[in-house]
Amino acid sequence: MMHRIGVFVCWCGSNIAATVDVKRVAEELGKQPGVVFATDYQYMCSQSGQELIQSAIKEHALTGVVICSCSPQMHETTFRRTVSKAGLNPYMLEIANIREQCSWIHKDKETGTEKAIVLGRAAIAKVQLNAPLKAGETPVTKRALVIGGGIAGIQTALDIAEAGYPVDIVESQPTIGGKMAQLDKTFPTLDCAACILTPRMVDANQQENITIYAYSEVEAVTGFVGNFHAKIRRKARYVDETKCTGCGLCTEKCPQKNVPNEFNLGMDHRRAVYIPFAQAVPKIATIDANYCKMLQEGKCGVCSKICAAGAIDYKQQDTFVEQDYGAIVVATGFRPISMEKFDEYAYSQSPDVVTSLEFERLMNAAGPTSGTLLRPSDGTHPKTLVFVQCVGSRCSDDGRGKPYCSKICCMYTAKHAMLCREKYPDTDVYVFYIDVRAPGKNFDEFYRRAAEEYGVHYIKGQVGKIVPEDGKLKVQASDLLANEQLHIDADMVILAAAIEPNPTARSLATMLTTPMDTNDFFTEAHPKLRPVESATAGIFLSGTCQGPKDIPETVSQASACAAKVMGLLHKDRLVGNPCIAQPDELMCNGCSSCEKVCPYGAITYADKEFRTFEGMKVRRVAQVNPAVCQGCGACTVACPSGAMDLKGFSNRQIMAEVDAICK
Amino acid sequence: MQVNGEFKPKIVAFCCNWCSYAGADLAGNNRLNYPAEVKIIRIPCSCRLNPMFILRAFQRGADGVILCGCHPGDCHYTTGNYYARRRMTLLFSMLDYLGIERERTRVEWVSAAEGAKFAATMNDFVQTVTKLGENRRLEDLRCKK
Repeated sequence: MMHRIGVFVCWCGSNIAATVDVKRVAEELGKQPGVVFATDYQYMCSQSGQELIQSAIKEHALTGVVICSCSPQMHETTFRRTVSKAGLNPYMLEIANIREQCSWIHKDKETGTEKAIVLGRAAIAKVQLNAPLKAGETPVTKRALVIGGGIAGIQTALDIAEAGYPVDIVESQPTIGGKMAQLDKTFPTLDCAACILTPRMVDANQQENITIYAYSEVEAVTGFVGNFHAKIRRKARYVDETKCTGCGLCTEKCPQKNVPNEFNLGMDHRRAVYIPFAQAVPKIATIDANYCKMLQEGKCGVCSKICAAGAIDYKQQDTFVEQDYGAIVVATGFRPISMEKFDEYAYSQSPDVVTSLEFERLMNAAGPTSGTLLRPSDGTHPKTLVFVQCVGSRCSDDGRGKPYCSKICCMYTAKHAMLCREKYPDTDVYVFYIDVRAPGKNFDEFYRRAAEEYGVHYIKGQVGKIVPEDGKLKVQASDLLANEQLHIDADMVILAAAIEPNPTARSLATMLTTPMDTNDFFTEAHPKLRPVESATAGIFLSGTCQGPKDIPETVSQASACAAKVMGLLHKDRLVGNPCIAQPDELMCNGCSSCEKVCPYGAITYADKEFRTFEGMKVRRVAQVNPAVCQGCGACTVACPSGAMDLKGFSNRQIMAEVDAICK
Repeated sequence: MQVNGEFKPKIVAFCCNWCSYAGADLAGNNRLNYPAEVKIIRIPCSCRLNPMFILRAFQRGADGVILCGCHPGDCHYTTGNYYARRRMTLLFSMLDYLGIERERTRVEWVSAAEGAKFAATMNDFVQTVTKLGENRRLEDLRCKK
């Protein structure tokens, strides 16, 4: 049967019409075989544009629709809905991308118009071979997995749990809390980070819908939206979680005292058995197998002897939890970059050159110096402090740093400088900056307070070199506004290190098949309209894993993310993708080629009876499970007999497109 | 195809829906120019590309065919681009045997974030094919009007 096709060419205001002669495109495409109606309109996606399509479908009894407009990634769903409201199957629609692939990149109108006609012709050729498709439905597992237990993960988990859905948090460290737990005060309000974070951690622990798997990692994820299956490795703590009361006696008596304390970024020591910090959640001791004498040499056993609860278990092994989830939230966060490649700042040469996160610990009452600001080298009070901004941020492509702005450094440096001047009015504080970026609520006021009220010397310019000499740090810098070279004898230098995504993010992205950008930040489905979803259905993004953010932004994104997850989990069934593989049983010879390449195990075999010249015969043929097939098409190419085809992207359809383009 | 005495190649680009197609959209968003000779066909995954499609394109008069997929390890369907890479390697050796210039076919990995790479790749490919001139060896003369 010949289809009755309608062609609708969109102007997209001037976006398409400026470089493509839309009238001519409509006219030319109207002459194509099978096309019974062709028109152009200013905005096809507008209410009236959609009504135009719907009335044309009815009036001309259209059986196929081609829309020449923006990318299908933008409005395919919109137009599918439009045609289906007019009684047409939503898959009887093809979109010719004449905006992103044509009008926006070709300045010459003739060239653009010619190309638009070819693209339209290809879409017409394809739609001729379209068949009505109906999507299958799959149930939704009403449980969410949150990967990462920092403030982003905690907020998302709490919001989902409060809506009544069970949530599991997987955190690689022995406690949840993430980077925020290490912070002293927060800008621009100067309230204490622990005071606002720890109650949330406790809430997460007490919320009955939340299960926290701390000191655990996601080992494998399979499945698809609504039906994920994850395997979680619970690393051996060598402490029985059900018995440990968190009394902390073992962490005081363990004879192995010289383990670098990662919570204080190695600036002091902890024992081999430890609880990262006083408000840790879950408050359970962990034995560091790399340093424990009992685990390394089989001698010691002090912790086991003094533990009244009998929780120490040197024979504990990693265990695995397997669970089904409907949605997965990535909240893997960030870390400051290594200062290795920035040796002009003498980070490796002097302990008095610290990163901002280290400075944060030095100012913290629970930190290595109990909150007194002391030089790490000799324990004296520093008098002159130099803050260096943008260390590794906004770096041009020299391979050392990051091209992006880390966003938080301007504000936390203002905070550090302010706290410093407030606590120790005798100090001289210099901040070297490229630009001060303070575009948040009350941010600029905060920065100006630091410069104007607290007397922090803000100097526009860069630090060229820092040389440790006679117990001082000789800072050579330039003042761009005064156009002069500066030499400052500093006691301490604080580097605002750029932030980068957690290094585990890359392997996680591969496991979840979610896209990342060139800096390893997760890519959102749409930069403006879908900022908390990943392009992979059912995977959501929370916090700094998606890009640099401060705490308020992280928390708002985390809650937005939770809302999206709740929307998904609220559904009982999900409509699947109907563009899946389908074998032609008459041609299939049951060779198993397709089964071997299917990444989802969607293909099985069944014995079926067929009429042949020699009577009825039973033959083995391939069967596709529509709930499991994701429509990649690997099997269609592997099939030696051409029996396997992909609905919506069939061999004939793609060939027709090729033919139309090469005509 | 000759336009005003100048050779304009016909290029078919097969783009994976999840990465390169979005990469091409990004190139468009950023107004990054690449020649109009490139016409994109959207496929769900690079592994959907049957080598037959490439032969068909050559038969119908295409001068160059390029396949763009997700970077190895980043396939939306986990392993599709690995299948594509193997199949294309085999196809390339066959095209070589048939005497089709190796430069007429290409496989590139372009992610959704690499709009600039997409445009650069297309510019380079069109330039290469233009230098090679018209594809005559596989072209089916019956398809020519």
